[in-house]
Amino acid sequence: MIPEFEKFKGFKAKSMPKEELLAPGHRACQGCGEVLALRMVMKALGKDVIVCNATGCMEIITSPYPHTAWNVPWIHVAFENAAAVASGVESARKVLKRKKKIPKKHVDILAVGGDGATGDIGLQWISGAMERGHDFLYVCLDNEAYMNTGVQRSGCTPYGAMTTTSPPGKKSFGQVTWKKNIPAIMVAHNIPYVATASPAYFLDLMNKVKKAALVKGPAYVHIFSPCPTGWGSAGERSIEFARLAVETKVFPLYEVIEGRYIMSRKIKKAKPVTEYLKGQRRFRHLDEAHIDYIQKRVDAEYEKLLRLSEMT
Amino acid sequence: MSKRVGIEVSIAISEAVGLARAEVIPAYPITPQTHIVEHLSEMVANGQLDAEFVPVESEHAAMSCCCGAAAAGARVFTSSSSQGLSLMSEVLYIPSTMRIPMVMVVANRALSAPISIWNDHQDIMVQRDIGWIQTFAENGQEAVDLTIHAFKVAENRNVSLPMIVNIDGFTLSHVIEPIELPDQEDVDKYLPPFKPRYKLDPRRPITMGPVGIPEVYTEAKMAHDMAIKNSKRYILKAWKEFEEVFGRKYEPIDTYRTEDAEVLLVGMGSICETAMTAVDQMRDNGQKVGLLKIRLWRPFPAQEFRKAVGKTKILAVIDRCLPPGAVCGPVGAELRSMFYKIPGSPKIFSFVAGLGGRDVTVSRFEEMVDKARAFAKKRPRELYQVIGVREK
Amino acid sequence: MANSDAIVGWKTITFGCHILEPGNSANFRTGDWRSQRPVTDKEKCIKCGMCWIFCPDMTYKQDEEGYFEADMEYCKGCGICAHECPKDAITMVPEEG
Repeated sequence: MIPEFEKFKGFKAKSMPKEELLAPGHRACQGCGEVLALRMVMKALGKDVIVCNATGCMEIITSPYPHTAWNVPWIHVAFENAAAVASGVESARKVLKRKKKIPKKHVDILAVGGDGATGDIGLQWISGAMERGHDFLYVCLDNEAYMNTGVQRSGCTPYGAMTTTSPPGKKSFGQVTWKKNIPAIMVAHNIPYVATASPAYFLDLMNKVKKAALVKGPAYVHIFSPCPTGWGSAGERSIEFARLAVETKVFPLYEVIEGRYIMSRKIKKAKPVTEYLKGQRRFRHLDEAHIDYIQKRVDAEYEKLLRLSEMT
Repeated sequence: MSKRVGIEVSIAISEAVGLARAEVIPAYPITPQTHIVEHLSEMVANGQLDAEFVPVESEHAAMSCCCGAAAAGARVFTSSSSQGLSLMSEVLYIPSTMRIPMVMVVANRALSAPISIWNDHQDIMVQRDIGWIQTFAENGQEAVDLTIHAFKVAENRNVSLPMIVNIDGFTLSHVIEPIELPDQEDVDKYLPPFKPRYKLDPRRPITMGPVGIPEVYTEAKMAHDMAIKNSKRYILKAWKEFEEVFGRKYEPIDTYRTEDAEVLLVGMGSICETAMTAVDQMRDNGQKVGLLKIRLWRPFPAQEFRKAVGKTKILAVIDRCLPPGAVCGPVGAELRSMFYKIPGSPKIFSFVAGLGGRDVTVSRFEEMVDKARAFAKKRPRELYQVIGVREK
Repeated sequence: MANSDAIVGWKTITFGCHILEPGNSANFRTGDWRSQRPVTDKEKCIKCGMCWIFCPDMTYKQDEEGYFEADMEYCKGCGICAHECPKDAITMVPEEG
């Protein structure tokens, strides 16, 4: 087990950190599930953190000069390289501490990016940073498409979803590929901590982020982040969809601690995927056959996870 | 006492980086830069240098890592070349406008295709406008001195810009030269510890790299432009202090036998060594020929350059870069626009030479001088000439 | 989107374009994006704080009595609070005009 976890008792709904590390006045859309997830991430981490942000929604909505929503040190360099920037921050602090140029106090280093920055364009940079073993955490805020540029498909866009570059038509039903499994790729790097989380389960999310920060070495948290603008869903239902994704097994919550899969929430009686799909314009065009396929594949993927958790 | 040793230039540069007490060195190997980073990793491994050597997975990551490390307050060094420098390109523009200082040695090399590991200046000319301060070293001693100088300039709180020292791949990086390696004590005296104006620090949170809306972007770029232009005085000051501590003098433009010259060759980097031999030979033959060496490339020292040209009426400018479809090479274009419509300005002829490791011999310099003289009488059809290219 | 705060000159723009004042986005009011506002029925409210926890715009603050109140300077009117309130204590009311 991870010794750093022993002292951590977990967050409680009644005693949540009051401090907001992200200020209001940011430019996120109404009902943005991503900035809400980010707010929870920051609450879990507290103020002793340096944030390296990839280009994307969270970067632009929090930093239109001369306004910043950040109450913590924050740097944005480019789209694909947040993990490499974080590697640099971590290396600098290591040597500067050794040379007694900065206080010894631990400061978390957070790299954060969307699903495109993480799973597509930035995969190599993240892989490199994970493989080198830097002491940092990477948080992917997955809203399942390139929302910042106007809802284009990414490798993390789910099967069947309509985006501006996976439009359904006479010869297409939307996204033709199954969602890329980024957490599994991170697990393959043999890093000590990987987890998935959802803002609907905010204590679980915050505990996982905190554990990712506590663990020595690289850690990865993949957070489901509803996007009303990109999904064509009602803003007030963002948390509901985040919850439905878990309850339908579409987005299972689990941890992988030193290679061991642990289900955070076993779904005994799953809701049908239609519960999740309906109410989102991106899935509206799907016919029964496609929905049937999604249901079967979701069940199969979940079974795979369960087997992994039993095996490891 | 500083010691004079026979040493490979790459190794000497690494030693200079060690003397400068670099703290984070993110690096990715590429020929002909490898010996620099290999030796640095060795120095870190054996405890000679207290630094973090970050063996990143690409040059893009190297430069990204540099940005993070320097923004966090560390003294940062990296080195690259050619394709690797091109891969970094996206990131290169960023620390300069963000005023994040760091030092990079570029072992200049040709760009693909066809793939070539050999020397020319195409890699760096592509990166002309990244907003970094850039110098060109002519020999090993200069490479060492300019590397130490680069940290001093880049980290000056009034400058706070990243800086590149260009050295020619192989022709400089891989040769063994007698080089005087400075004393640690002297370098420490010359180069105080890095104290950034701003850094990533939870005790004083700032936002670095925000979005520049149209109301802001032009002003941000103008501020950067003025910063690099204003850096010249600190570059000169740092050379003056260098001379005081180490006894070697550097100027933005070097002149060689320019007195009463009718034709001046203009070059940069190690090619100038051969050019000097050519000038000597031509002078011996009674030709009034001299050489201007551009040491400081960005910010371009226009004033110093004009002064160095003096009354000379013909310039033969050597570009080690062929930009297809352009009117001429970048150095030639720069000088032409600088002198455009200035009364009494010289005629400027552009020559492309020494691409992809092609030797530029003494006779080639003579050829350029001859052609420049002929063109001064009869204007050539082409705006530039490729020297030493075979037709069949 | 014109932004009068962003009118800076190249001589006065911050060094490296850094933003030196943390969290100053609070100077930017997003409340005028709103077409509906949340109204809490204190009779029904159990002060559980779900509205505060699930607000993407950090608008809810707890008052001395323990009730959570949304700051209309920032509330964009998304309605998550009303949707997630376990006691249905929050109603979204259309803004006039």
